[in-house]
Parts: sequence; structure tokens; C-alpha cells
Amino acid sequence: MSPRMRLWLVAAGGAGLAALLVAACLDLPRFGGDRHPCGDRAVEASLSRHTANTVASVTFDQRAFDTLGEMSILFAAVLGSVVLLRQTRDEHRARPEPAAVSRPVRRYALLVLPVALLTGLYVVAHGQVSPGGGFQGGVVAATALHLLYLGADYRALERVRPLAPYEAGDALAASAYLVTGLAALLAGSAFLANTLLPYGTFNTLASAGTVPLLNAAIGMEVACAVVVLLAGFLDQAVEIVDEGESGERHDDPGRPGKRERP
Amino acid sequence: MTTLTHVLPYLVAAWVFLAGCYGLATSRDLIHAVGCLSVCQAATYVLLLAVGYRDGATAPVFSDLAPGSRPVVDPVVQALALTDVVVGATVTALLLALVVQVAKRHGTVDPDELSELRG
Repeated sequence: MSPRMRLWLVAAGGAGLAALLVAACLDLPRFGGDRHPCGDRAVEASLSRHTANTVASVTFDQRAFDTLGEMSILFAAVLGSVVLLRQTRDEHRARPEPAAVSRPVRRYALLVLPVALLTGLYVVAHGQVSPGGGFQGGVVAATALHLLYLGADYRALERVRPLAPYEAGDALAASAYLVTGLAALLAGSAFLANTLLPYGTFNTLASAGTVPLLNAAIGMEVACAVVVLLAGFLDQAVEIVDEGESGERHDDPGRPGKRERP
Repeated sequence: MTTLTHVLPYLVAAWVFLAGCYGLATSRDLIHAVGCLSVCQAATYVLLLAVGYRDGATAPVFSDLAPGSRPVVDPVVQALALTDVVVGATVTALLLALVVQVAKRHGTVDPDELSELRG
């Protein structure tokens, strides 16, 4: 299909879709309206289970089963990325050269690293009380580790980040979520129902029943998943090169599946 | 005028979605296409948060707010937006991994040059 033809097709389809979307928008409840039956009931349920952060209550209590699916998507995506970004037969690993880092960058990165790591853990731990939770805090904690790459070099990052434990941690955290759900089942309630633990004192760390446990499991899973994902991409960028590329580069056009450099 | 302000956030969501679709259709670079898909996804965040908004309301977090003292926005759609962000991030990661492999195997990331099938 020629680019011009394709543009016409997109214009026609886009115009139709735009018309339908505008018609749908005009029929939606008005923006800022006061009628939110689902939200009101969610707030009520959250308060009855002593969860100050209503969003955490929705995610890890009322919709805990959906979060299990969400976690599985994350797990499957990490698995897929690890398979896609593996070292293939016609590639080998080059030892990354230590790069010069300017001193302010190094100093700032190493100063912020522990603060960022602690912030991530804080956000995970306070998920049931204040905005945040496992997903957000896990990303912050995993990102904090990568400040080492900015501040020092790739080998320093690899020393604090042996991949195997993080891969195992990802799987362990995912099973911890499942086990918490099954524990509720064994205790004579429904799968992932928040009936296992006492609801505790409102607005303290030990409140909201199983929400902190699920939060911790998700926090660990997300942190490990982000570390493993970024490691896959960073390995591709820094370490993995084609055969023969590190020494003199020789092109071998006869071989399929070979990177072609212009 | 009031009708416009009542539907404007929804229209913004629709516009962002269509802008992403246009980018996807005319993309000459797979990494750009993955970015456009993220733009499409960003439209759903706008839509979800617009659906949950309530005039004069605050965040649905009661750590420093007495329950019932102020209206709060809908927490259900906020949790949905959270799910949306997570799924969007994983999809982006998986697609970028695919782009890395395409670039290696075919030496190009232009979708128009990827018409041939190769091992």
C-alpha cells in the first residue's frame, strides 16, 4: 500500500472513530458530577476495614483477585523479555570498559542512592496508610539501584545485582501473593478475602489486615521485575556484541540473522 | 459553554488517543511506534481520572482527613489507572525487547522495510 493511500485510510478511519468518540463523550455523565456509586461504596468498605488509603484497599482487598492477574501479566512480560533479550549463539559478552564519570555526578548519585532506596521501601511499607504501595515503591527501589550505573560503572552495578537472586525473588514474591490468598481459603473464607488478620488500628502501619502483606509481596515482585527487565536491556546495550565485532569488524553477508551495519 | 467544560476532559482523552493512532499509522520507526502506543494508553489515564473526578473533592486517602469531612474522588478508577500504568509499562518493555531483536535480525527498525520474511 502506498503511503498516500495509507494516509487516506487512516484519515477516513480516524474521522469515523473521532465522530463515535465525540458522540460517546456527550453521553457520559458530566465531568465533576457528584454521582459516584462505586466510589462511595469503595470508600465505605475501605473505612470498615481500617484502610486509610482507599486506593490500596481497592487494589489489594476489594480487587485483590484482579491484582493477581495484573501481577501475572508483569511476571509473564518479564519472562518474555528475558527470553527475547537473551544472548544468542552468534553473540558473545564483552567486558564493559570502566567509563569516566564526572565527580559531581558520581558524588550526587552515590549520595542519593541510599535515600532513594529507603524512599522506595518507605512507600511500599506505608501503602495502606498514605499514597503509594507496592507497585510505586518497587519501581522507586529498583531505580535507586541503577543510580550505581550512573555514579560508578556497569561492573559496579553488576556486583550489587547478581541476576539470579532477583529472578528467584520475582518468582518468590509472586508465589507469596498466591500463598496469602490460599491462606484465606484454608482459614475457611474466600480466595484472597481480607479476613485472615485483624484489621488493626486505623491509620497505623499494622492496619488493613492482609493489605500490607500483599503490598510487600507486590513491592518485592515489582522491584525484582524492574531490575531483571532493565538488566536485559542494559546487557544488550553494554555487554552483548556480535561475534567478531570486538576485534576487527568483518562483515559476513552470507549468514542470515546477522546484524547489518550501514 | 457549560456543556463544553462538562465534556472537555473526555474530548481531550479522545484527542490524545487519536493523536497516538495517527502516530502509529504513519510511523517510520518501530521505537517511535512503541512511543505512540504509550500515547494511546495515556488517553485511557485521562479518561479514567476524568470519569472519577468530583467537583471540589480531594484524594481518597484518609491518613490526614477525617472521613466524611470532604468529598473524595472515585478511588475505583484510580486503582484502574494504576493497573493501566503497570500493564502499559510491561507492554512497552516487551515491545521494546521485540524491537531490539528486529533491529538485530533485520538491521532496520523501519516497518516499511520489514516486508520480507527472513530467518
